[in-house]
Amino acid sequence: MTARIVHIARNTFREAVRDRVLYNLIAFALLLSGAAIFVGQISIDIERLVVVNLGLSAVSLFGVVIAIFIGIGLVSKEIEKRTLYTVLSRPVRRWEFIIGKFFGLAGTLVVNTFFMAIGVFGALLYVAHRFSRPDALILVALYFIVLEFFIICSLALLFSSFSSPLLSAVFAFSLFVIGSFADDLRGFAGLTHGFTRWFATGAAYLVPNFSALNVISAVAHQQPLGAQLILQNTLYALFYTAMALSGAVLIFERRNLK
Amino acid sequence: MTASRRTTVIAAFCLAVSMTACVLLLRHLDRIRPKATIEDVLYIESPKMVKRASLGFDGLMACIYWTRTVQYFGHRHYERAHTYNELAPLLEITTALDPHLLPAYQFGASFLAPTPPYGAGQPDRAIQLMEYGIAHNPDNWQLYYNLAFVYYTELKDYKKASEIFDRGSHVPNAHPFMRIMAAQTAQHAGDYMTARMLWSATFETSRETNIRQNALEHLRAIQVDEDVARLQAAVTRFGERTGRLPSSISALCAAEHLPGIPADPDGNAYTMTPEGRILVQHPDDFPFISKGLPPGYKPSGLPKFHTKG
Repeated sequence: MTARIVHIARNTFREAVRDRVLYNLIAFALLLSGAAIFVGQISIDIERLVVVNLGLSAVSLFGVVIAIFIGIGLVSKEIEKRTLYTVLSRPVRRWEFIIGKFFGLAGTLVVNTFFMAIGVFGALLYVAHRFSRPDALILVALYFIVLEFFIICSLALLFSSFSSPLLSAVFAFSLFVIGSFADDLRGFAGLTHGFTRWFATGAAYLVPNFSALNVISAVAHQQPLGAQLILQNTLYALFYTAMALSGAVLIFERRNLK
Repeated sequence: MTASRRTTVIAAFCLAVSMTACVLLLRHLDRIRPKATIEDVLYIESPKMVKRASLGFDGLMACIYWTRTVQYFGHRHYERAHTYNELAPLLEITTALDPHLLPAYQFGASFLAPTPPYGAGQPDRAIQLMEYGIAHNPDNWQLYYNLAFVYYTELKDYKKASEIFDRGSHVPNAHPFMRIMAAQTAQHAGDYMTARMLWSATFETSRETNIRQNALEHLRAIQVDEDVARLQAAVTRFGERTGRLPSSISALCAAEHLPGIPADPDGNAYTMTPEGRILVQHPDDFPFISKGLPPGYKPSGLPKFHTKG
């Protein structure tokens, strides 16, 4: 079972690399080196802040875009190219296919994030000339960003398991936007009454809460992050990913592929 | 040459020509169109709206808005503009996006408070900004210092300045001079020594070249103002003693038993008009002086800042 999942994951990773997904690293490198060099000349006293804010925001945005646009095609492309039938005609269960695809995409994003992280630390070294202890917090922010990717990958797979690529992209991106407002949605629920309150509260808990995973500003200001936050965010992301993947497996298991 | 290679060469040539033409045309269009007023337009004025629209990337948006603020102020300052309509809203958006962005408060106050053309002439907005900054960063003594500075230098409200220095002196790890400044502004408000202490403290505690340079210019201006006031008092004394004005500044110095003609910080001797008015030789070199200026003086260009600091 594990070997089959690993095989599918490895092939998904290879396919992403063949699709030149990692080319985004070039754009990222250009963006970050440009910011590191030029911001000091057009702004005042925020060189380090810009590198951290821009670097981490770019890691997050690039990753989200990759997760959505690769994730939505993971199932539908296999159906379209009819390669899915070849895979499923072998002793591969449908759920193994979904899980393998998830790990393949997640692996691609982790590798991508790893190289971007090197870029962020390189740019930071360029502007600050040395690292300080609070810079280690950037690793926590990167970890949270990776957790965010896991959630988005699983959601993209969920939508991909029953919808067309275009609609899947719309759904996944909408959830990303709504998830960024999850705190506001909860605040809105608190202001309403009756059915609206129940509905808004339910929606607020159902959509992924990306604001809890966003610690970029705090890290840029070198504010400490508690171990509890790291632990609970990890658990939240893992449970949410498991939830979405379970949904994807449930739908895909019942999907008529004829 | 093969057909494929010929196509490549022609396409590359067309691309280069088109690109060059586009750039040249745009440059030409920029010259013939009315000047764009993009710096005077804020499409979204609500800080809350901008924060929502940033989708959680508010730190990055704050950096972008801060850079825009610096560019806006720099551009207006360069033009010696007398209005800075968008400065306060830009700073409010920046600090709403990231309430911990300290440069926005420290520089923002010095952009907002001074009278035009050195600033926006909005000390009240500067105070609002600093109070917002203190509310969100209560442990930062430098914000109290900047706020007291606005009260002292722009509003001449020495009592309030002293109160703020005192509030700041109670912040953990506050610089010891905060307590001294609180006492000094309470007892000797408005005198040259207190002003010199304030600007010296600014010069010594800031790592930022622009702030240090600005402080240095103010210290030079205080020196000139003090010299001119002393020489002007000597002229008055001379008049009271002799019933006439001194014939020259040399005569004044001889009557006052001065070793030579006093000079400004650049080493240029002060001059005296036949009406007994003491002047600096090069007022453009001292952008912040209030004394020693020729009647009807208007700065000839941008303030000259010295490179020391």
